[in-house]
Amino acid sequence: MSDKKGLVPASHDSEGFEHDYSAGLAAISADKIADPGLEPHRVRMTDKSVKHEKRAARQVFYWFMASIVGSVFSIVAYFAFPISEDLGTVHNNTFFMGLGIALGMFGIGFGAVHWAKTLMPDAEVAEPRHQTRGAEDVRARAVEIVNLANSESGFSRRKLIRRSLYGALAMFPLPALVLFKDMTTDADPQETLRHTMWTAGTRLALDPTGTPIKAADLTIGSVFHVIPEGLMPEGAHKDDYLEQKAKAAVLLVRVDPTEINSQKELDWGYDGIVAYSKICTHVGCPVALYEQHTHHLLCPCHQSTFDLANDCAVIFGPATRALPQLQITVDAEGYLVAKGDFSEPVGPSFWERTAK
Amino acid sequence: MSNATNTAKKGGFLAGTANYLDERVGVAGILKEFGRKIFPDHWSFMLGEVALYSFLVLLLSGTFLTFFFQPAMTDVIYDGVYGPLKGAEMSIAYKSALDISFEVRGGLLMRELHHWAALLFVAAAGLHMMRVFFTGAFRKPREINWVVGFALFVLSMAGGFTGYSLPDDLLSGNGLRIIDGMIKGLPVVGAYVSSMLFGGEFPGHQIVARLYGLHILLIPAFILIFIVIHLFMVVIHKHTHYSGPGRRDDNVVGYPLMPVYVAKAGGFFFLVFGVLMLVAATVTINPIWLYGGYDPSPVSAGTQPDWYIGWADGALRLAPSHLEVTTGNYTWSWNILLPMIVLILLLVLVAAYPFFEAWVTGDKREHHVLDRPRNAPTRTAIGAAGMTFYAVLWAGASTDLIATHFLLSLNNVLTAMQISLIVLPIIAFFVTKRVCLSLQLKDRETVLHGRETGRIVRLPHGEYLEIHAPLDEHEMYKLVDFIDHRPDVARPNSQGKITVSARARAAWSRFFFEDRVTPVTATELAAAHHEHEALEGSETKALH
Repeated sequence: MSDKKGLVPASHDSEGFEHDYSAGLAAISADKIADPGLEPHRVRMTDKSVKHEKRAARQVFYWFMASIVGSVFSIVAYFAFPISEDLGTVHNNTFFMGLGIALGMFGIGFGAVHWAKTLMPDAEVAEPRHQTRGAEDVRARAVEIVNLANSESGFSRRKLIRRSLYGALAMFPLPALVLFKDMTTDADPQETLRHTMWTAGTRLALDPTGTPIKAADLTIGSVFHVIPEGLMPEGAHKDDYLEQKAKAAVLLVRVDPTEINSQKELDWGYDGIVAYSKICTHVGCPVALYEQHTHHLLCPCHQSTFDLANDCAVIFGPATRALPQLQITVDAEGYLVAKGDFSEPVGPSFWERTAK
Repeated sequence: MSNATNTAKKGGFLAGTANYLDERVGVAGILKEFGRKIFPDHWSFMLGEVALYSFLVLLLSGTFLTFFFQPAMTDVIYDGVYGPLKGAEMSIAYKSALDISFEVRGGLLMRELHHWAALLFVAAAGLHMMRVFFTGAFRKPREINWVVGFALFVLSMAGGFTGYSLPDDLLSGNGLRIIDGMIKGLPVVGAYVSSMLFGGEFPGHQIVARLYGLHILLIPAFILIFIVIHLFMVVIHKHTHYSGPGRRDDNVVGYPLMPVYVAKAGGFFFLVFGVLMLVAATVTINPIWLYGGYDPSPVSAGTQPDWYIGWADGALRLAPSHLEVTTGNYTWSWNILLPMIVLILLLVLVAAYPFFEAWVTGDKREHHVLDRPRNAPTRTAIGAAGMTFYAVLWAGASTDLIATHFLLSLNNVLTAMQISLIVLPIIAFFVTKRVCLSLQLKDRETVLHGRETGRIVRLPHGEYLEIHAPLDEHEMYKLVDFIDHRPDVARPNSQGKITVSARARAAWSRFFFEDRVTPVTATELAAAHHEHEALEGSETKALH
């Protein structure tokens, strides 16, 4: 405990404060090196020499003049560099107007700061700082006011009305809960999340042209971004086509059937052509990257990786579930068609996903 | 008062105006109170100013943008001047953002200014927070202002994200897609909250208008209110100053508001504005015309969110595989929940730190003199560890770019990041703490033995000595004026019991202060001088 020697209670360090506060673990040493007070002021050249002072004043003047030039220039640039169909004009307009305005700002900024640093007093001064806590009489008066308000209103005394007020205050925000209900539609999100546009016989079509795809169009290794036929009819789109596309987007790949390790995957596909939901089971980004030689599908958002040769099981990244597979076959004309909707909800997980 | 009218008349227009204002709003009292208020000077105090001025730039440029932007998601066919998108189907929001860029003179400039100012706003607020943390400016009486500042930082990120999503381009749409996926992963309420937010199924036709309301009204209003509270408290407390000669807890040393600070801070506003304008004029950011309108099917590889969202995106990426579990009919998306918990926990720890440190030190005094970071080694080390943790999460958002740029395996990069997230903060803690203690020891050495002059003297018996020059008392004071905390043992309370809290506090006090360097005392200094004199004496003798 020898290191406690020379320590004095914190109150000795209170330095003019009315109240002593506990210093806690801070050790207050009586043996502290004394504060020599503020450093002596160092006189600047502009204080000593009229020549320097005049030069500084001139520099400030030049900055402010430069600012005026910049502001005027940007107005000129607005008219001198109009924008037209030629996109180069957008660049010129942006560049020259911005340059002018920037100079207008810099001129004022540098001028004002230079003025302050060279010509205004640069001696630091000290001003007393008072503790935040109110003086004792102020605090006493504050307490008195609160007590007075309490006794005049009877807030503590009148239990019944006080409690009924609490009840009323607790209840009044509740209408907000129902008020915001119409932010959504009446459709049960659980239900809408379970169904996509795919039905038995819906043709697989190219995204975004909507051209139906024949099995013969795919060679081994080819990848198509696919939407249900009829999602984007020529001319008029349905209002909800983005919502439908966000669930129905599919990636269609043809793989050599011998390289597929899952019997289910083969059965649900057609001659090595397999269709998987393109919506990542992590947070819903489109799983758009296919690496032909490893049969890996990669989500570019968070790098979840799915093994296309093994029923799109997750082999890397934050996703857990395999991408849902769409059962496909060909119709009489040789076009690829869905056998039905996905057998499970596509996209990110939600609480009731596995509930029926 | 009757005299005032007479004297004012003699003074001309300015005095007349002043008199007019004083008799109506009491401007004389305001000037008397604040006109010569002292503000300490230090470059690090400008970080908060940068944030404030960036916010003003955001208000100005944002107002301009609202005159042209249309937050509607109705489909239109693009017929504007940008060739590659002619005939493309897109939302009105995206089209109006394109029109601002290509058909409004100065529109692109304002869009870029707004985006750059937003990036700088969050960055400056974050740096300002670090300054406050590492100098201990959050200590009593400023704990509440720390929380207000923390709220501002969170609000600035919210403002950034809501604004980023407005143009309804492919990039921002994919950002919203991720938010949607995260919300859906929430237990019990996920699907319903998502459906409320998007007005039915994702993406719907509502989200842009809803985010717009938040972005241009609610969030800036809150930011403004919190800035007012933040600055009001700065006025109440007066600004902190760095330790040094003449700087004490009961004074404030610096320059008066009028004229010096008005000129410096006012000029600095124009400098910040000027820098943002110059960058906006010369460096393109968020070229939404290259991305196209939002469509849920395509995605570009290697895209990045705005920098301040990186840590959240990184957290999502770094979650280990196969965390999702199904119990009965219900799905726990731990691959989403775990990152969210980590992010929220980090934020809570940041907000709560001042209260934690106050509990450990038990220091109830007001502190207005800032710590040099080295003089609070454990706090500085905790800050460094926290920053490292944040930085790894942030870098985690670029695993794919790191892998492609440095020709590494993506899987290895991610695994390395996962390990780094745990290991690097620990290393950062210990390295920082040791560096701080070494710097403190170096300070002690300098105080006791003076500064190294580089002058080597050889004594007749062959010994070499370097001559040290003593510090002047002002330089020296800066190196010895810091708080010396000592760890404590758990003590029994009035009932004679040692509580769990007392034990915990004692343990934390050891964690914080067991390794410490004490400031040089007057006695030590005198002893060192004595020793030097003896040495120099012998040296002089020997040289004769």
